[in-house]
Amino acid sequence: MAAPLVLVLVVAVTVRAALFRSSLAEFISERVEVVSPLSSWKRVVEGLSLLDLGVSPYSGAVFHETPLIIYLFHFLIDYAELVFMITDALTAIALYFAIQDFNKVVFKKQKLLLELDQYAPDVAELIRTPMEMRYIPLKVALLQCFPQCYFSCLSDIPVSVPTHLVCPRTPLSPPAAVHTCENEEQSLLDLFLGVCHDVCGKPSGNHLPLLLPSQLLGFHPRSLWLYINVFFYTIPLAIKLKEHPIFFMFIQIAVIAIFKSYPTVGDVALYMAFFPVWNHLYRFLRNIFVLTCIIIVCSLLFPVLWHLWIYAGSANSNFFYAITLTFNVGQILLISDYFYAFLRREYYLTHGLYLTAKDGTEAMLVLK
Amino acid sequence: MGLLSDPVRRRALARLVLRLNAPLCVLSYVAGIAWFLALVFPPLTQRTYMSENAMGSTMVEEQFAGGDRARAFARDFAAHRKKSGALPVAWLERTMRSVGLEVYTQSFSRKLPFPDETHERYMVSGTNVYGILRAPRAASTESLVLTVPCGSDSTNSQAVGLLLALAAHFRGQIYWAKDIVFLVTEHDLLGTEAWLEAYHDVNVTGMQSSPLQGRAGAIQAAVALELSSDVVTSLDVAVEGLNGQLPNLDLLNLFQTFCQKGGLLCTLQGKLQPEDWTSLDGPLQGLQTLLLMVLRQASGRPHGSHGLFLRYRVEALTLRGINSFRQYKYDLVAVGKALEGMFRKLNHLLERLHQSFFLYLLPGLSRFVSIGLYMPAVGFLLLVLGLKALELWMQLHEAGMGLEEPGGAPGPSVPLPPSQAMGLALYVLPVLGQHVATQHFPVAEAEAVVLTLLAIYAAGLALPHNTHRVVSTQAPDRGWMALKLVALIYLALQLGCIALTNFSLGFLLATTMVPTAALAKPHGPRTLYAALLVLTSPAATLLGSLFLWRELQEAPLSLAEGWQLFLAALAQGVLEHHTYGALLFPLLSLGLYPCWLLFWNVLFWK
Repeated sequence: MAAPLVLVLVVAVTVRAALFRSSLAEFISERVEVVSPLSSWKRVVEGLSLLDLGVSPYSGAVFHETPLIIYLFHFLIDYAELVFMITDALTAIALYFAIQDFNKVVFKKQKLLLELDQYAPDVAELIRTPMEMRYIPLKVALLQCFPQCYFSCLSDIPVSVPTHLVCPRTPLSPPAAVHTCENEEQSLLDLFLGVCHDVCGKPSGNHLPLLLPSQLLGFHPRSLWLYINVFFYTIPLAIKLKEHPIFFMFIQIAVIAIFKSYPTVGDVALYMAFFPVWNHLYRFLRNIFVLTCIIIVCSLLFPVLWHLWIYAGSANSNFFYAITLTFNVGQILLISDYFYAFLRREYYLTHGLYLTAKDGTEAMLVLK
Repeated sequence: MGLLSDPVRRRALARLVLRLNAPLCVLSYVAGIAWFLALVFPPLTQRTYMSENAMGSTMVEEQFAGGDRARAFARDFAAHRKKSGALPVAWLERTMRSVGLEVYTQSFSRKLPFPDETHERYMVSGTNVYGILRAPRAASTESLVLTVPCGSDSTNSQAVGLLLALAAHFRGQIYWAKDIVFLVTEHDLLGTEAWLEAYHDVNVTGMQSSPLQGRAGAIQAAVALELSSDVVTSLDVAVEGLNGQLPNLDLLNLFQTFCQKGGLLCTLQGKLQPEDWTSLDGPLQGLQTLLLMVLRQASGRPHGSHGLFLRYRVEALTLRGINSFRQYKYDLVAVGKALEGMFRKLNHLLERLHQSFFLYLLPGLSRFVSIGLYMPAVGFLLLVLGLKALELWMQLHEAGMGLEEPGGAPGPSVPLPPSQAMGLALYVLPVLGQHVATQHFPVAEAEAVVLTLLAIYAAGLALPHNTHRVVSTQAPDRGWMALKLVALIYLALQLGCIALTNFSLGFLLATTMVPTAALAKPHGPRTLYAALLVLTSPAATLLGSLFLWRELQEAPLSLAEGWQLFLAALAQGVLEHHTYGALLFPLLSLGLYPCWLLFWNVLFWK
């Protein structure tokens, strides 16, 4: 499996290099869907020049990165492009091996439960086979490389690193902890994310007093209650999903991407890269058509409404924020659909695929 | 989330959608068309009113009396122009200076992508001359523009005369709070584009122009003037700009106020305004005007110099003096007074025009329809596509085919890349390949471009024949449903985005493409569906709308004339995309044509 991965990485690096040198680079780096005050490269450069002048980079409301980023890029400023590409490639490789490991664990667990007769008799079609799981790590690496490269490589720091640096790190420790308790072998993914979190501080708080036309959440005092959302779901999810830490981590990453202040396309691309891992849940998803339509329509309407607001002078910020809200609603429904599908599959595995009610008719599962 | 999670209600909804789909689609389509036709009737159409406070309550007494002076200037200009053959720059500079303006010139040049046959130009170079009247006691932060485009075919000398006379009159007044720029451009729209780009320091169209030596502050509003003779019977106003952008409605209201005050006859789309909106005649006439406006806005051409100002968020209008066979004629003094009044009121503006509507339709000069009332028309049309897509998804799901992964089985997605490639070829090849074409065939470059366009367009029709060889080995029988689903969503997305920025174009394309897109399927009367699909393809819509446009202007075309006009329109469309950045050509070739090809593939699915 090494050769396809190498091919994917080579193509990704080529596309990134081509995009960096094309005229699209400047255009994309100005787009507000891609660049946010939290992840803007221009602000990092600004912070570095402030540091060079001897002024604290955190004076003034421009720079919002962690000290680690400053010191890292202080030495690497000339090789920024290369650093971005290498980080993205490393992320893809790390995810590849992490998912491969995870698949092995899943398969072992499944075999164990089959032998222990924990599964109902007629669930043969739900059992996952090594054949179907073979290409999943490659697909994850592919999805990680390509959407991100189109959107975030040009304008901001590789999303995987600062996403987890800037947003709260506590919600991700429970899944990491649960996973460590279960398996003696640490997964690479786990290590990667854990390290990123525990090493860096967070000097600038979450309440950014900036008045920029960014996406919805960020500067209104009432939105503090929206931030709490990021933390709310951790404990209930931990209790419900204590036996499935990787799925828990996926849901948690998605929740962080939805509720964080100043979300960008890169955050969405990060958790969407994990969809191939759960594609066996496809048959249980109920609203995938409507949700895919909502997400595609909202993505297309972002630039149209931006144009109407800024260039045609007719719409206003409410339209743009409304689209952000709709996009978030679509994402929330998508995640809850995946959650429902996961739970449903677990239920079917233990109780059988063809359920009958007490009087012998076909029963339906209703989520209460 | 009862609807999304409750299985009982979901099944009921699914059954409803599947059983009543055809009646619902037909109802929705008819509702969309009926809504559009109802836009001219009183509850949906309202009287215009001045929304900007600063322009409403001031009383202005116009004092312009320079009619003779204007005529003298016009005669001189015409004489000098005939002598030199191009714009008499030195004479203009001298005259503007003598009137008391700060005069500057700007030279520009542009090589068009292929020779323009309607205006007969290829390598264009010219000079713009403009004079700035500085406001006596203000800081030159804002300005107004009066522009007169001089092309080689329309000399517009009366307008230049009026401009100079107005400049002389304005120079003697003390109440100006904004600078006024008097701009005379050469090669009409090309010169205006060069001036605007240099003024705003951008370069969006590849024009080479010398930088401007003198500027006057942010432009608040602009008026473009075109006069064909020194007496006019009516003034025609043009509002549609580049890519269907419209100026703020307040500017039109301002013009209409002064027409009424001066007793001038004003027309919109060349048609007089109906007085009586309660009986049926008024709305019917309004419907004609509305359709003309829709067709002009959909074409995305700048119908006058004002169209290019709109892109820079400068509200602008074009006023054309028409000299027809009416008895009562107005001289230049009346037109000058109207312009003076407009500029004096614009002088009072404290902020840019933003109070009134930016998106509207005009059934008449004193009636408008706002966006909130006309959008449902296109909403109903796109609902048809949504319903069809939902029905197809449910049928696919029931048949158990459902896409396993987002990529789907290879069968349905095979026609997608070739269709998009054909669209790309349609966009890139005609201009790129014109020289090759002229070497091998005895045609001029412009004809080569147009004929290549038509050839690639027709070649796309042969696409299903070629993709069959790839598809037939692997495609399941239901493959066409998945392809149609993707095509329907693609079409709905494109039409939705187009309708948001240019309603007229979105509505026009939706009216023609939605029914045939919904009907396309491999079973049934294939030749009938194929004929319908060809008749509603983007090019045929363009041809049809040309005929409709001339019909509405009461100058109907014969078939041969119509075909010639169609070819000329194709060439103009490509040219305007390259010279002004008009978006109709890329939208049709890169967006709608590949989508249409997908439906063509669905129709010929084996």
